[in-house]
Amino acid sequence: MSAKEYRTARSAHGGLLLVEGVPDVAFGDRAMIRDHRNRQRNGQVIRSAVQEVLIQVYEGTDDLDLERTWIRFLDQPLEISLSPELQGRVFNGIGQARDGRPPIVSPVRRNVNGAAINPAARTYPRKFIQTGISSIDGLNALVRGQKLPIFSGSGLPHNRLAAQIVRQARLVDEESSFAIVFAAMGVSHADARFFEEEFAASGVLANVVMFINLADDPPVERLALPRVALTAAEYLAFDMDRHVLVVLTDMTHYAEALREVATAKGDVPSRKGYPGYLYSDLAEIYERSGRIRDRHGSITLLPVVSMPSDDITHPIPDLTGYITEGQIVLSRELHNRGIYPPVHILPSLSRLMKDGIGRDDTREDHPRVASQLYALYARALETRNLASIVGADELSDRDCRYLSFADAFEARFINQGEEEDRSIIETLNLAWDLLSLFPKEALTRVNETDLAKYHHSGANG
Amino acid sequence: MSDHPERGTIRAINGPIITIRLPGVRIGEQVRVGHLGLIGEAIALQGDEAVIQAYESTEGVRPGEPAAGLGWPLSVELGPGLIGGIFDGVQRPLQEICESAGDHIPRGLTPPALNREKLWHFVPDPTLRLGSLLTAGTHLGSVQESARIEHRILLPPDHQGELLELAPEGDYRLEDPIGRLRSADGRSHKLKLFQRWPVRTPRPYRQRHPSAEPLITGQRIMDTFFPMAKGGKAAVPGPFGAGKTVVQHQIARWSNADVVIFVGCGERGNELVDVLETFPQLQDPHTGRSLMERTLLIANTSNMPVVAREASIYVGITIAEYYRDQGYDVVMLADSTSRWAEALREVSGRLGQMPVEDGYPAYLASRLAAVYERAGQIETLSGMRGSVSLIGTVSPPGGDFSEPVTAHTKEIIQTFWALSKELADARHYPAIDWVSSFSDHIAVAAEWWKREVGSNWAQRRAKALALLARDAELSRIVNLVGPEALSDAQRWELESALLIKEALLQQSALDPIDTFSSPEKQYLLLKMVLLIYQGGADLIELGVPVQELMELPLLARARRAKQRFSSTETEQLRELNEEIIQAFEEVRMEYAKFKEHRQ
Repeated sequence: MSAKEYRTARSAHGGLLLVEGVPDVAFGDRAMIRDHRNRQRNGQVIRSAVQEVLIQVYEGTDDLDLERTWIRFLDQPLEISLSPELQGRVFNGIGQARDGRPPIVSPVRRNVNGAAINPAARTYPRKFIQTGISSIDGLNALVRGQKLPIFSGSGLPHNRLAAQIVRQARLVDEESSFAIVFAAMGVSHADARFFEEEFAASGVLANVVMFINLADDPPVERLALPRVALTAAEYLAFDMDRHVLVVLTDMTHYAEALREVATAKGDVPSRKGYPGYLYSDLAEIYERSGRIRDRHGSITLLPVVSMPSDDITHPIPDLTGYITEGQIVLSRELHNRGIYPPVHILPSLSRLMKDGIGRDDTREDHPRVASQLYALYARALETRNLASIVGADELSDRDCRYLSFADAFEARFINQGEEEDRSIIETLNLAWDLLSLFPKEALTRVNETDLAKYHHSGANG
Repeated sequence: MSDHPERGTIRAINGPIITIRLPGVRIGEQVRVGHLGLIGEAIALQGDEAVIQAYESTEGVRPGEPAAGLGWPLSVELGPGLIGGIFDGVQRPLQEICESAGDHIPRGLTPPALNREKLWHFVPDPTLRLGSLLTAGTHLGSVQESARIEHRILLPPDHQGELLELAPEGDYRLEDPIGRLRSADGRSHKLKLFQRWPVRTPRPYRQRHPSAEPLITGQRIMDTFFPMAKGGKAAVPGPFGAGKTVVQHQIARWSNADVVIFVGCGERGNELVDVLETFPQLQDPHTGRSLMERTLLIANTSNMPVVAREASIYVGITIAEYYRDQGYDVVMLADSTSRWAEALREVSGRLGQMPVEDGYPAYLASRLAAVYERAGQIETLSGMRGSVSLIGTVSPPGGDFSEPVTAHTKEIIQTFWALSKELADARHYPAIDWVSSFSDHIAVAAEWWKREVGSNWAQRRAKALALLARDAELSRIVNLVGPEALSDAQRWELESALLIKEALLQQSALDPIDTFSSPEKQYLLLKMVLLIYQGGADLIELGVPVQELMELPLLARARRAKQRFSSTETEQLRELNEEIIQAFEEVRMEYAKFKEHRQ
């Protein structure tokens, strides 16, 4: 660590500090900035040239006086200390204790940027996680090591859904609990408190590592936060052999902070002013989930993305969807009709579901039941549209059956209590209750064995 | 460290872009930078300063550190040992790196792409005589690379001369000389089992040929409706979740290519793992061999450095051309070309180049075209036939096909498999939309189907497409005024179009039988749906109410036929078609009787 301080800052704006007359500083190194009140701020070098560096200041550049700002270069990248003591603690976006307790002391320190997992070292995620929520387990099953975001909108119950998943998630045949890493970027005080109380009430608090950057904390810190949180998650998963569930909320605030800094740097904007590298930047975060060969632990990622104006084509949900392995989309319409969780079935998808369900994992009919429910519900929604145009009286009996299926499916299958924890078998049996509203001939996506075994009309119906 | 005379120093670091002072470096030259020895490529020169794009993260690099030119452009190693492997965007062997360096990819590693220790059994070409003059591309001998691939060792395209020595049959390492050549200037050259080639230069061939036969993918909507020719260029655009990757995997699995090169360009790591874990267990339906014996992977996953992403496509296509030169039909899948284009955009943005559309540089269209043009059916330098078929996915932001990458790609390619969000949402897979997809290879395919399968392919295809178009038209009417406004004949058209979608177009990649359809099976299923349509339409003309037809049990049987009968059970499908004809005949007779009775 260099003790020399430089008082050669030339400009400061938007969280960035340009410093001249410095020695050759490494790209990505940390800097300490001392202001005129002798307060310390943390920074990182994001552009380095002979004699000149650009520093991103995590606490922001507000209130800096260039004449009375002293900069020291630490000759090391942004790192955090890692130990099992992380659990039960609360940190800020750059890994400093936020709970008034002493910092973590450990010989294990890691660069928060990590290094890319070698694709040849990964193993494919295949193990079903039961969340107890029918619309997820039945139709968009979550698999251990998957990255599955919740696409939501303002005022929708994404936090309640995320908390319910954290509370209920478990493996069907194992008694091991998940370690939880909770990363909050730009969330309100109320939301942060909601999660803390949830974790406390369900008794998992000792298993949770929290990284909190509130809405009124400096936005630049949000850029480091998910990387710091995932470094902790990687430690728990791949050093401590834990199965880790990481909740990142809200990635939209993260991307907005990225745009803020990119604009200040003068980067060429692409869509909606977001920098062209938003995709790679998000991927660096999301791709840290997964499983590694010969390691016991895993990282399952549940990012929350609020869609600005409920627009799924907005760059943040759009690019997220291209990286993650599916998405759970929440619907304002279902929410307004009082259905919880308001999971919008048609655009929701779990890409890894196919490998985590079926005879060996859930039940043999599961893949076909899911496909059949989707097909019927898609058709039923078309019929509902039609009915709203031409009137329900104009519909054939066949069409009316679709309408009553849609209502029953939403009221009984999608809708469930916040404390209701349905086993996958309960979910599948419920699915057959609904499928049995149709005669066997109408169910072409399930096979004859399924029909004989599970259709309510029985073998001779 | 370098054989280049000049040494330089780093001036500035801005993400993956490093400015160095290094006189004499050339554009495109490989440069080693910093104490870590990161590899990069010179992309711009100004005075004695050069701009380098680094293939690895530049964290920790500082101004003043050394830089040195390596004297050659980005090149790949071409020789036995490629098949079955997984390489990164600049052809570093990921399997070996994993064994030597662990779970994460460290920086500054430059292991050779091909294993130098492994022995290969070389069989020299018995027709070669010492002292004869060899031209570029001459077949020197062969190595059995995998049970499936006989690797033909060819004289590199930039070599010719008198053959002085050729090794006898035996086991050799890659670096062992297998022969010697004297070029026109009197210099002697050692010949080895492998060669190097710069990735941005297309490998030479004798001449191009027009595509002569379709690439059979076993996917009904592709082969039957929108065929692609061997040596063709195709694009699969679609919003996220529409199934681009599954389409690519299905082609990689079931197409009748000799070699498949899968370039994961800026996509998910798990998708490559899926290929690595499942392909060795899967059987190629055309040869019965393990799929991994013909497949190789290039991986630049979305979290790997962006600059190597730009390189990965060139690395893939150069390897594809190399196998093409050995007389093989090669399929290269690039998933996704949008990430490649974004890598171009990111670098151009950091260089401060003027953006044109959506931040993309002005050279986007010409670069895309140049890559796709490396596909083709050709006659090799030694007179063999080979082909590279290039299939790229496109990931348009927000699913908007008017964005620059999709729009420019559409102008270049010949087959367009457009994926639709609506179809995917209804779990209609593959979600290839029959309205906006197209193929320029119908005539070539029609010849082939006529010759190999059955004479009516073109007419049946046209009829089915016409019915689907009619369906779109009628559906609009239904949405305006309700189904009651349609006549029985029109309602039967809707029902038949639905049957085409469910019994023919929808194909499950997960169902062990349905995942691959032989051309014969496709032909019979197509015949089946049209028989049903025609049979029903005739009856309606006679006055049979449509309601009665819709309750015929054969409709449900027809829908299940694709999963019930495998590609070889064509006899059963023929029987089913006979039964369908009979069933309609029975209804007709019954109805005629009923009518007679009433009169």
